Amino acid sequence: MELRQVLCAELDRMMAENENIVVIDADLSKPNGTFELRKKYPERAFDVGIAEQNMASVAAGMSSYGFIPFISSFTPFSSRRICDQIVVSIAYAKQNVKILGTDPGICAEFNGGTHMSMEDIGVLRSIPELVLYEPVDAIQLKQALPQIVEYYGPVYIRMFRKTIDDVFTDPGYQFDLFRADTIQEGRDVSIFCSGIMVQETMKANEQLKAQGIQADIVSIHTVKPIDRKAVVASAKKTGAVVTAENHNIIGGLRSAVAEVLVEECPVPLRAIGVKDAFGQVGKLPFLKEEYQMRAEDIVAAVKQVLTLKK
Amino acid sequence: MENLRKKCMDVRANVITTIGTLGVGHIGGSLSIVDLLVVLYEKHMKIDPKNPKMSGRDRLIVSKGHAGPAVYAMLAEKGYFDKDWLLTLNQSNTNLPSHCDMNRTPGVDMTTGSLGQGFSCAMGVAKASKIRKDQATIYTIIGDGESQEGQIWEAAMFAAQQKLDNVIAFTDYNNMQIDGDLPDICDLSSLVDKWTAFGWNTVEIDGHDLEAIDLAITNAKKSDRPNMIILDTVKGKGVKFIEEMGFGNHSIPMTKEQMELALAEVKGE
Repeated sequence: MELRQVLCAELDRMMAENENIVVIDADLSKPNGTFELRKKYPERAFDVGIAEQNMASVAAGMSSYGFIPFISSFTPFSSRRICDQIVVSIAYAKQNVKILGTDPGICAEFNGGTHMSMEDIGVLRSIPELVLYEPVDAIQLKQALPQIVEYYGPVYIRMFRKTIDDVFTDPGYQFDLFRADTIQEGRDVSIFCSGIMVQETMKANEQLKAQGIQADIVSIHTVKPIDRKAVVASAKKTGAVVTAENHNIIGGLRSAVAEVLVEECPVPLRAIGVKDAFGQVGKLPFLKEEYQMRAEDIVAAVKQVLTLKK
Repeated sequence: MENLRKKCMDVRANVITTIGTLGVGHIGGSLSIVDLLVVLYEKHMKIDPKNPKMSGRDRLIVSKGHAGPAVYAMLAEKGYFDKDWLLTLNQSNTNLPSHCDMNRTPGVDMTTGSLGQGFSCAMGVAKASKIRKDQATIYTIIGDGESQEGQIWEAAMFAAQQKLDNVIAFTDYNNMQIDGDLPDICDLSSLVDKWTAFGWNTVEIDGHDLEAIDLAITNAKKSDRPNMIILDTVKGKGVKFIEEMGFGNHSIPMTKEQMELALAEVKGE
């Protein structure tokens, strides 16, 4: 199932139960899958037009009245475009606004460089009290949305919106917004991954297993606040780290992991992600190759970092 | 109205004491909205200072957040907090920061300061009130310089589209901003034409005429559109030496002697 379908279905379900939830779009409700909600909830699901700054502050005003607004756009327009509104109207004012951005990083594909947020996590990670969450699959997102509503405070949801392979297929999977998920235990190397790079890591894992390398695979769905215990425990166990993210390696997951490790467990680290470059048009396979974000790039990074391991 | 005139003197004196005690502050744009604040709080707003978070209350969002000292001067008069607080403006751990902060000051309905945002927040509050059907009136004040922010006009279109007739907004049109007179920086020319074109019920009045302010608000409550009342004001109104500084009075240092001089003037001594 597409993640935007999960989003819409969960919002629909929660809006029926909780009359405080509102959904505000800025002319991207069709790509983001939220359009149908306004038919069922005409007062609580509405469009502001192409005016993201107004959308963010309107949401803050509604939050001050006890509502729980979800605001929705593509990641660049849900982050850098409204950065000051997120800081002042939402975070500093302690408003309970959920900020949805879709098409993170290279997922913008044919919308190209103007629409590719290689920097959104970097921009937003230095804003206090803002939670940054990136779903991995439809199963996880379905569990995450109620927790995001239950949590009082601003949350940024950086969501791939189409269909992606399920990772958390174990029926016993229990999501915790503030706890990383260890997908596989291993002793040779830690791979900390997020978003669409979790699936890429799982592909890399097949190659690593074939070569006898046991990776400790930890999915960091919430990069802020990062699950420090999980990062440190894994790094102490393996002594070598690879990060894999769909974002500039400056400011995102690599930076967040490195900040923890340098204080608590300095070990060699190699990063997969966009290496301080802008985006461009292309389909995902091309873009993953262009920015060296394929499974084989992860495998190569693992091998490199293993040579540095003490 | 005589009582209101007396109250304006008291609130102006509070503003001067607040800023004069600290020795520096946003005096010009604070003094220019005192008359409006007095008419709002004394005649129109449905509020309870003993219960600042009262459900269904009218709200005031001062989007030109640097007018905090004027808001605090008024709230202290209403008894939201002790007048001694006014002497703590911008002191360490104060509840009265330069710019309005809803999480610090009882009676402040929105955190503002980054210009343009509070006005959008007010539209969100008005939309929320419509959904709750609680009959609240949402008042909001923007600056004329602030009207150069694009977000103001995003919010203006939103309010008209959403039929937010529960909004009564004011522009403090003192025609000055930090870097100069507005016509020399980025002219707004006829705000009445602009707001009317954006679908708002708009009037322009003398922003220091208490009767005119009162009447404009009374009329706005009967409107079926969002309301913009353009207030022609004088930046630094009420204190001659401050008025004469022109656009230089946005934020000024103030000596104790100047404070005493200004207090005597606003009290008519």
